[in-house]
Amino acid sequence: MSTDYPNDLRYTKEHEWARPDESGGNKITIGITKFAVESLGDITQVDLPKEGEELKKDAVFGTVESVKAVSDLFAPCSGKVVKVNDPLGDSPEYINEDCYDEGWMVQVEVKDPKELDALMNAEQYQAYLKEQESH
Amino acid sequence: MSNKQRYIPHTDDDVKRMLGVVGKPTVDSLFAHIPARLRATRPLDIEPLDENSLIKHLGEMGGRSRPAIGSTFRDGAALSFLGAGVTPHAIPSAVDMLLQRSEWYTSYTPYQPEISQGTLQAIFEFQTMVCEIYGLGVANASMYDGASAAAEAVLMARRVTGRRHALVAGALHPHYEQTIDSYVAGEESGSHEDLAEIRWGDDGRVALKVLAEALAKSDDVACVVIQTPNFFGVVEDVKALAEMAHARGALLVVANTEPVAFGVVQSPGALGADIVVGEGLGLAIPPTMGGPGVGLFAAKAEYTRQLPGRLVGETVDREGKRGYVLTLATREQHIRREKATSNICTNQGLIALAFTIHMSLLGRRGLVELAQLNLAKTEYAKSVIGKINGFSVAFNGPTFNEFAVRVRGGDANTTVAKLADQGIYAGVAATAPGMLPKGKGDDLMIIAVTERHSKADIDKLASALDWEQTS
Amino acid sequence: MSDKTTKTGTPIATRQLLHTSRPIFEQGAPGRSGASLPPLDVPAIDATKIYGAAARTDGGPNLPEVSEVEVTRHYTRLSRWNYAIDIGLYPLGSCTMKYNPKVNERAARMPGFAGLHPAQPESTVDGALELMWGLERALCEIGGFARVTLQPAAGAQGELCGIMMIRAYHADKGRRPTKVLIPDSAHGTNPASCTLNSFETVPLKTGADGLLHVDTVKAACAAHKDDVAAIMITNPSTLGLFEEQLGEIADVVHEAGGLVYMDGANLNALLGKVRPGEAGVDVMHINLHKTFTTPHGGGGPGSGVVGVVSKLEPYLPTPTVEKAAGESGKYRFEYNRPKSIGRLRSFFGNFGMFVRAYTYIRELGGPGLTCATEMAVLNANYIRAKLEDTYSLAYDKPSMHEVVFTDKKLKRETGVQTLDVAKRLMDFGYHPPTIYFPLPAVTGGAGALMIEPTETETPETLDSFCDAMRAIADEAKVDPEIARNAPHQTALRRLDETRAARSPKLRWTRE
Repeated sequence: MSTDYPNDLRYTKEHEWARPDESGGNKITIGITKFAVESLGDITQVDLPKEGEELKKDAVFGTVESVKAVSDLFAPCSGKVVKVNDPLGDSPEYINEDCYDEGWMVQVEVKDPKELDALMNAEQYQAYLKEQESH
Repeated sequence: MSNKQRYIPHTDDDVKRMLGVVGKPTVDSLFAHIPARLRATRPLDIEPLDENSLIKHLGEMGGRSRPAIGSTFRDGAALSFLGAGVTPHAIPSAVDMLLQRSEWYTSYTPYQPEISQGTLQAIFEFQTMVCEIYGLGVANASMYDGASAAAEAVLMARRVTGRRHALVAGALHPHYEQTIDSYVAGEESGSHEDLAEIRWGDDGRVALKVLAEALAKSDDVACVVIQTPNFFGVVEDVKALAEMAHARGALLVVANTEPVAFGVVQSPGALGADIVVGEGLGLAIPPTMGGPGVGLFAAKAEYTRQLPGRLVGETVDREGKRGYVLTLATREQHIRREKATSNICTNQGLIALAFTIHMSLLGRRGLVELAQLNLAKTEYAKSVIGKINGFSVAFNGPTFNEFAVRVRGGDANTTVAKLADQGIYAGVAATAPGMLPKGKGDDLMIIAVTERHSKADIDKLASALDWEQTS
Repeated sequence: MSDKTTKTGTPIATRQLLHTSRPIFEQGAPGRSGASLPPLDVPAIDATKIYGAAARTDGGPNLPEVSEVEVTRHYTRLSRWNYAIDIGLYPLGSCTMKYNPKVNERAARMPGFAGLHPAQPESTVDGALELMWGLERALCEIGGFARVTLQPAAGAQGELCGIMMIRAYHADKGRRPTKVLIPDSAHGTNPASCTLNSFETVPLKTGADGLLHVDTVKAACAAHKDDVAAIMITNPSTLGLFEEQLGEIADVVHEAGGLVYMDGANLNALLGKVRPGEAGVDVMHINLHKTFTTPHGGGGPGSGVVGVVSKLEPYLPTPTVEKAAGESGKYRFEYNRPKSIGRLRSFFGNFGMFVRAYTYIRELGGPGLTCATEMAVLNANYIRAKLEDTYSLAYDKPSMHEVVFTDKKLKRETGVQTLDVAKRLMDFGYHPPTIYFPLPAVTGGAGALMIEPTETETPETLDSFCDAMRAIADEAKVDPEIARNAPHQTALRRLDETRAARSPKLRWTRE
């Protein structure tokens, strides 16, 4: 059990995390993992979709930039954007400081919250990271 | 025992020792893995020259031209009134002397900021000056030249607005128009449909009625592109044009081949332009057959992230000391690759530096005084030449240091050729090869007058034009 | 720790006397100027009478107000903050930082070249046309091409030109292919140039041996049947390796109806050995500021001339330089070129660079250029042999004019990465090699060190450089923090690039 990769989240191969709706509804919160943050370094800018936009699972929904790199953000699930973490516009460093809490990116209303079950859990994600490292 | 060549230090002993370390028998064996089908089939057929012979050869070749501008040490070139995109100004001696410090010209792109603060700070100062001269919030580290800067401005306007069409003034320098056309056609897989020309009126400026009609017809106009002072030297009504473009949701892109104009005319940025591009060659180095130049590129600060080209920003080091770095590089090709705002890699570092040094020497007061000199001498030339039998000033719009005349006989190319025979480059024919197409102003000759011309020079031009025989 | 040696005892560079010079806007006093302008000998003009409300009445743009002495001192002081080829080894991979001959500068400043205005009547610039013709002929000889356009202002613009000509070629045959194949090791300008021309890029995976394999190309051509406009390759590749399968790859692409574009950035490895135009390449840009010594000038100007085989000649930018018919020894511009892609810039190109490149080519001649390539390749392989036990070699294949190491071993054993090695190298008095390139995709995820010494470096310089590289690796084992906090000897320590990007300050302002 590690605080680097919280147990209540699901993870994608592209290093995004998804948090299920704590109240049991279908609003999923999305961000990027500690591994992603460490690979990018200091984040300088984020380009996020607007409220009301539709995300498609596995499609690019935005970008995150550091001084030396731009990375695409891939949607872990399909749904409509209902909330965007606007303060990230002026303070992208929140993602570096706290990528799972203050650094959340978008909240999406999904049709079926069970879609998340197909993603990796914390243990599976950490195993995946180890496997990537050995290449 | 000698080395291979003065820039190649290796002696045979050096080579032998190094091959030993590498573990290869001969130099040829280093190339052994190149497949036979790819190898050159014969040696390169170019004869080497020692330095003296080289200088002699170059001198003979150079001597076969008659330069418009004399050297620092002797004049005796032709008397030249040529502008048309490159208006040569007097460059103070200190500029080239400083440029020849090899820390400036043998250094590279400042990717390692700790050991390139000279270049970075100089570019930061350059960016500041371009902002000031053009009246806008952000400027980049320079583009290749004014024409390619104009093309990049149009591409940027398309990105910013999400629209496709560009309305281009007919009095834009033909090379700028042609370059914009090539770049836009590139983005449109070869189509030239996204550009429309707006002709000039009797005053030599953009015909506002024609522009209004074109703007009303389309909801897809990304930008209106004009030049001020334009190809005919006429100063455009930037304020009115900006208002018209903005009313239709389009940007105003202004091109400029003579930054000195803004010593006496308000900057395009102050009058509402969104992007201003220009050519700094004439204020940086001698005309050098038109290149290398330096493309100036400024825009409203809100468009910073859509800017092409390099940007230098201020920051601090670990100990809090002020320093400069290349920044916002994620717009550029080496990171964003396919999604880059442009493919540009270099800026025109050395020429931008020359421009910066010259502007520092001129200073605020000097630039205004220089502009006043240019204006006064050109107005004098207009008055004198306009009075010559058969010649007339073509347009009644306000000009700066260039103006178009209608020549006696109606064929400017002939006038230019006859005066060139007398050692006078009287001006640029509007329909000279590579300029406007024939039929679009065959009788127009564009004359540039600057601080370099004395009253006597201008009088000499006038009397030479007066003597020019009609064919 | 002593300033003068590493933790493990190797001596390092000493400091020098450096003066800061605040931005020029913070210097001077109101009213000062360094100008020397002629007096007014014609009637003065009131600008408001000419321009009305558009006249400037605020005293002019806010330029500095300094004397010539202050300007000279400022730009002299600033220059001393720069590293430069004339100061030391500049081993930037794929940049070819070779010595800039001084005779080039003398040539470029001759009035018969520098004083020419591009709009002068053609008959008055015959010497310039002759030089352009001569440079074109020499580059055709070197590259194996039928024609060379001198117009593009830099390598990236040369690529744009090449890709535009390729599109025009296909369109002329009634075809509209949309794909360009590009190896994943390519320089970023390659895909960017394609996008500017509405082509889609198809990435080609570099083989495990670091080379591009013809089977990979075959598969890509099959997957995009009849839709391949071109392949863009660099040879030697950005990994410094000769693309041995280039011939077969060119065959495959030609059979698929596409053309072969070669990025000529690494031409310094091929002079006299390979003529790309005779080896299957249809179009290639040449960086005059790399192989042909025109000065880098702190980031430019460059010159990205483009060579083509005869089938692409109709599409060259306008104008071209031709021999004047009937008059021997005279030249002219040709503007009547109906199939041309048009213009990419004003006038004719970076003529000042043509003079320098021509001067260099004529000084070295065929034998000198070939020797340059031979010694460039020898120098790179010498460094490879001396460092391959200390740093990880990215690939086994023979290196050409540059060698690529990675930080794989170093990072694993000490935690120190290429960025740290680069910064620590400055303390030894060297400019670092290229480190942001090639991308991790082709270096197995590790950071790269791309080292290109060029032929103008002495063996002793290479020995000192290798000593420094080894000293850094040794020191990293003992105290990795030193490299991580490097540079220590420079007047400015590591600069905060994050802050520059998060809160951009892109011009000086009065606080």
